[in-house]
Amino acid sequence: PLSSRCCGPSSAAPAMNCRAEVLEVSVEGRQVEEAMLAVLHTVLLHRSTGKFHYKKEGTYSIGTVGTQDVDCDFIDFAYVRVSSEELDRALRKAVGEFKDALRGSGSDGMGQISLEFYQKKKSRWPFSDECIPWELWTIKVNVVNLANEQERQICREKVGEKLCEKIINIVEVMNRHEYLPKMPTQSEVDNVFDTSLKDVQPYLYKISYQITDSLGTSVTTTMRRLIKDTLAL
Amino acid sequence: AMDTDLSSQDRKDLDKFIKFFALKTVQVIVQARLGEKICTRSSSSPTGSDWFNLAIKDIPEVTHEAKKALAGQLPAVGRSMCVEISLKTSEGDSMELEIWCLEMNEKCDKEIKVSYTVYNRLSLLLKSLLAITRVTPAYRLSRKQGHEYVILYRIYFGEVQLSGLGEGFQTVRVGTVGTPVGTITLSCAYRINLAFMSTRQFERTPPIMGIIIDHFVDRPYPSSSPMHPCNYRAGEDNGAVYPSVEDSQEVCTTSFSTSPPSQCVFTVTKAHFQTPPPVVTDTLKVPVMGLAFSHQLSSSRLSYQPAALGVGSADMGYPVLFAGGLNAAHPHQLIGPGKEGGIPPVPSQPVHGTQADQERMCTPLDGVHYSAATPSSSEDTETVSNSSEGKCGSPYDLLETIFIRKVGAFVNKPINQVTMANLDIPFAMFAPKNVELEDNDPMVNPPASPETESPLHGSLHSEGSSGSSTGNTHDDFVMIDFKPAFSKDDILPMDLGTFYREFQNPPQLSSLSIDIGAQSMAEDLDSLPEKLAVHEKNVKEFDAFVETLQ
Repeated sequence: PLSSRCCGPSSAAPAMNCRAEVLEVSVEGRQVEEAMLAVLHTVLLHRSTGKFHYKKEGTYSIGTVGTQDVDCDFIDFAYVRVSSEELDRALRKAVGEFKDALRGSGSDGMGQISLEFYQKKKSRWPFSDECIPWELWTIKVNVVNLANEQERQICREKVGEKLCEKIINIVEVMNRHEYLPKMPTQSEVDNVFDTSLKDVQPYLYKISYQITDSLGTSVTTTMRRLIKDTLAL
Repeated sequence: AMDTDLSSQDRKDLDKFIKFFALKTVQVIVQARLGEKICTRSSSSPTGSDWFNLAIKDIPEVTHEAKKALAGQLPAVGRSMCVEISLKTSEGDSMELEIWCLEMNEKCDKEIKVSYTVYNRLSLLLKSLLAITRVTPAYRLSRKQGHEYVILYRIYFGEVQLSGLGEGFQTVRVGTVGTPVGTITLSCAYRINLAFMSTRQFERTPPIMGIIIDHFVDRPYPSSSPMHPCNYRAGEDNGAVYPSVEDSQEVCTTSFSTSPPSQCVFTVTKAHFQTPPPVVTDTLKVPVMGLAFSHQLSSSRLSYQPAALGVGSADMGYPVLFAGGLNAAHPHQLIGPGKEGGIPPVPSQPVHGTQADQERMCTPLDGVHYSAATPSSSEDTETVSNSSEGKCGSPYDLLETIFIRKVGAFVNKPINQVTMANLDIPFAMFAPKNVELEDNDPMVNPPASPETESPLHGSLHSEGSSGSSTGNTHDDFVMIDFKPAFSKDDILPMDLGTFYREFQNPPQLSSLSIDIGAQSMAEDLDSLPEKLAVHEKNVKEFDAFVETLQ
């Protein structure tokens, strides 16, 4: 059973030894969701494994991760995501909230959504567990308004091309084989991986977003860790 | 202090990992160019057969081709495994789009743990490959293939050749994995500027035979491997059944010339067999059918290909291609795509021995448009092209398989003979359906009826063909587009119009016609032994045919 409490204060700035990657996209309002999902799913594809099954003597076997193609409706683009409905739902919920916030009053269409991978470090009472981020992905979004259908069509193609570049960027980062948490023992697995999904096992992650209001100040809306028992499903 | 030499177990493991990584890499690339969305399921319980903990299907033919190219070797310095993706239009123009390279360099990482770190990084690299294969320009092209062009793949092992990609090609690196014996690198070089697919950009390829022979002779590849279409639907696990080709060879050289005139003859003009029929091994049974067809045609039909074309390293993909239009499968399938034995009405002129005329069925880029022209009785083979551009004919002049549709023995009207430029059906003479053309039916025959030798016809036939059919009103016909509304199915290229055309006019049973009715019963009985003898003579083909049904 996972703690529903977010461990420790969530800091906007990445901790030490946490690599941070920033991607920027300019999209039309209706493209926000698909663009965000494409990026988030691509990152999580690389940061999810099959479910671990621990056996005796500390060995474990790993389940199989399936993948599937997703076609975008508003962007000339397709991407691959992990075949996990639970994970897809969780991402869609987060992205949906982000999109609504972007559309909301006080927003001039600029914001950013962050995907943070962290490890839990258990602390003794009375201290709460620490969350130590080790990788942070930030997607800065600028929502544009288009005047006519022709511009929209061009936007479809252009955003598609941009997303292709983003995927290549993400893969480049993944390929650096930089720090990854050590494969945990059975007792430690929940400190490294999100074991709550039934078919795949992503590293522990949390998604948060910020909207820049028209005054230029940033209004922080932090979302709790997306785990099943905190989602108002 | 670590032992820097690789233990033998580690070495064995590493070699195995690299080998299966190479095979999975090929699968991912080819599957990403099939033109359809891929979906595999996650499974929390390890099945033990999913390499790198990823659910990547294994298309048997693709694995076969990859193993053939690797020939037991592993990627090493100077020996790279390359998957070449190219595009081929219905007119025969082809263009290389991408070369995916799996290379090994000398930079070793002795400290890395093979069974653990290398394995996981290879898994990560495959995930990257899944992602990257969707973002190069060829992905979108491959999703739209089937009508005007198809996507082919070719695997080779050795030196990377990027010259076919044109100038200014770009490279994207998928990733690298260091191992104790070297660093594995996976990258893709791709042609840019695909937006304008003018014919200027395409190489003019010589006729199909030439394509097969010349196209690869000039390349400095140690092994010239055939191109294969990326349009196999890996639905059925057919367990890689590749029947030998001998059966189909027999079929294709058999003629039923002793049969009564109403029976058609199936021959292959020997003239075009430059090489002796090849000994086709399993690996040449490349899925050739268009996307929607592979599941309709048994693998034994695929095996027919090499014999029909008389090509050594059977370039299976090609006959598929020149028939653009509905599907990049065989021309005859324009008529009845996906249908077993779907062949157009065949004019029946008795064919004398191996002499037969040749025509080509082609299709324009959209819709179904074919013509069956009466072969002239002249000795020259004609190539007829009736594509909308009129260009279809040229590259395929040498396609020689002549198929004359077998009409049921009891059909009274001899039907016209149509020669199919390429036919994959080994037992086409047993094709169940004959479509007879009805003059009266405006849906079948356009108002400009065949008899009036429309200008279109004039251009389609060489001189001498027009008068060749005597007393047969169904000689030449041109079916122009018959496109019923809402009839197109995106999944299957066959559309309602084709189906309708195919099936609407079955030949009339001779027993229902007055003429035949006049024949006496005795005559029928007399001819029976002769017929039985013919059938008995061909019992092998029957058996083989029956086997294909099982």
